[in-house]
Amino acid sequence: MTTSTRVAPDAPVARPASPARSARRGAGRVPYLLLLPCLLVIAALLLWPLGQVAVMSLYDLDSVRQVRGDRPWPFAGLANYREILTDPFFHTVLRNTVLFAVANVVLTMVLGTLVGLLLHRLGRRMAAFVGGCVLLAWATPALTGTITWKWIFDDTNGLVTWLFNALPDGFSSWLFGRSDWTGYGWFNAPLSFFSILTLVIVWHSFPFIAVSVLAGLKSLPGELLEAARVDGAGPWRSFWSITFPLLRPVFGILVVLSTIWDFKVFTQQYVLAGGTQDRPTFMLSIYSYATAFSPPPKYGLGATIAVVLTVILLIVTGVYVRSLLKQEEL
Amino acid sequence: MRRSALNLLGLLVAAFAVFPVVWMVATSFKSTPEIFSGGPVPFPRHPTLVHYRTILTGDLIPGVTFVDFFRNSVLVAFATVVISGLIALLAATAVSRFRFRGRTSILVMLLVVQMIPLEALVIPLFLMIQRLGLYDTLASLVLTYVGFSLPFAVWMLRGFVAAVPVELEEAAAIDGASRAQIFRRILLPLVAPGLAATSIFSFIVAWNELIFALTFLNDQTRYTLPVAMTFFFGRDDTAWGPVMAASTILTIPVLIFFLVVQRRMVSGLAAGAIKG
Repeated sequence: MTTSTRVAPDAPVARPASPARSARRGAGRVPYLLLLPCLLVIAALLLWPLGQVAVMSLYDLDSVRQVRGDRPWPFAGLANYREILTDPFFHTVLRNTVLFAVANVVLTMVLGTLVGLLLHRLGRRMAAFVGGCVLLAWATPALTGTITWKWIFDDTNGLVTWLFNALPDGFSSWLFGRSDWTGYGWFNAPLSFFSILTLVIVWHSFPFIAVSVLAGLKSLPGELLEAARVDGAGPWRSFWSITFPLLRPVFGILVVLSTIWDFKVFTQQYVLAGGTQDRPTFMLSIYSYATAFSPPPKYGLGATIAVVLTVILLIVTGVYVRSLLKQEEL
Repeated sequence: MRRSALNLLGLLVAAFAVFPVVWMVATSFKSTPEIFSGGPVPFPRHPTLVHYRTILTGDLIPGVTFVDFFRNSVLVAFATVVISGLIALLAATAVSRFRFRGRTSILVMLLVVQMIPLEALVIPLFLMIQRLGLYDTLASLVLTYVGFSLPFAVWMLRGFVAAVPVELEEAAAIDGASRAQIFRRILLPLVAPGLAATSIFSFIVAWNELIFALTFLNDQTRYTLPVAMTFFFGRDDTAWGPVMAASTILTIPVLIFFLVVQRRMVSGLAAGAIKG
């Protein structure tokens, strides 16, 4: 999928009209011929690079000419991995990535679920209006959404700077130790940078969660929640005793997808930081990119970081698939 | 009371969600002095097109305007949509109309490859593009985006193809139509709405993408919109009027297309997940 558009991993309307019937047995090579272009493209552009990134992580690749194949590739074994794992900066990057992903997944899930529940409770017209607004946030390209947030936090004419300047001076100095916010670099301190990045990511990702949770809620039998309400269960109780257990598979998928997306954030960070210079706020994907492509290029080392990122995401996906399978058996 | 509290919450959520979009569009129509006055005025008092005129006619580098980047992006997106749609249609027909060995594995594979972090593929694809001699061409991007949009496109189209009644095709076959004729005359027209939805998805993938375009393009005249935006506007620039005008031009097509297809994208997830 894309780096920016978040879409549901399953598709539309009808299930296949019973395969047994629609199937044409003895069609021989036809289905394979039809699939051939698709499989070739996937193999060449997704599977081969996935293998290739692992191969590249085992070599010392420091020039474009090596990448082009004009110069030999010195085999490095696991040296790149050793270099990464013993580098204190890599630990900072890893910590940034994990903390950022956890915070964003939690915030996105909580806000998304609450908005989903809210949309379910609202009247029809209100729900349509709020739902439409929420969809606009979802649809906005990551790039332009982030640029707009950057403008909102602009240090001279941005809205946030204006709002802080509008605070009574005494109050502002008492609380923050400064009353003039013009020229304040919102993106300078790592914590403040990460907070704004979190705001951007949560703003961009909660709509998908909200809309998916809403779709799940609509599929639940209304009688159950009605019965719980009659029996005196409050909203908190009925959510945890009825809604959540019934929608557990939905929440499972949403958590995994969010985790995957929030682990590999690139565009938003690249735009907010204005490129790949802000090393203290590096996370895995931008670190991998900067290592490989910022001069001096280190393609092998960059590939190693990309492998680490991929392995983490594989583990996340794997844990999820296993827990799904366990549920099936029970 | 309860109801009005809920409505109020709803309005707050709506405001949070649309605010940046509104702010972007509003800024693009404000005069420069009004932008610099900074106040929280959500709508321009004296709407002006000056920023649009600036970006559409001003040279960003000699002889190259924003329009050229727009054209590059349209070319890439259009080529991606056509190629991806064609390949996806063939594949979707195979998996929803035929039963053959390996069908299930292919379906599972289509799901699994969507989990691959594309950010991790920049380096090996850079190598591939270099070796194919496609570095610094728009074709390199088309190739890449076809690969990225294809798995989901097949997955999405599969349902549309399956929804076309087989009886129609069987009737045509009895009347002596060849397989190619059935495909062209029966399946293709009926599956057209699905193809449109899939095309929109591929379009958005190609239109929004930044990292690969950033990496595979060198000559500034070939930049796509996203790259041009980060290059010319993204770096500590305070010309927010033109920047917001450019952002609006990039965003509006996506918003329109997205609203057309979102229903299909969402309903699919819920159906699949609950059955899960």
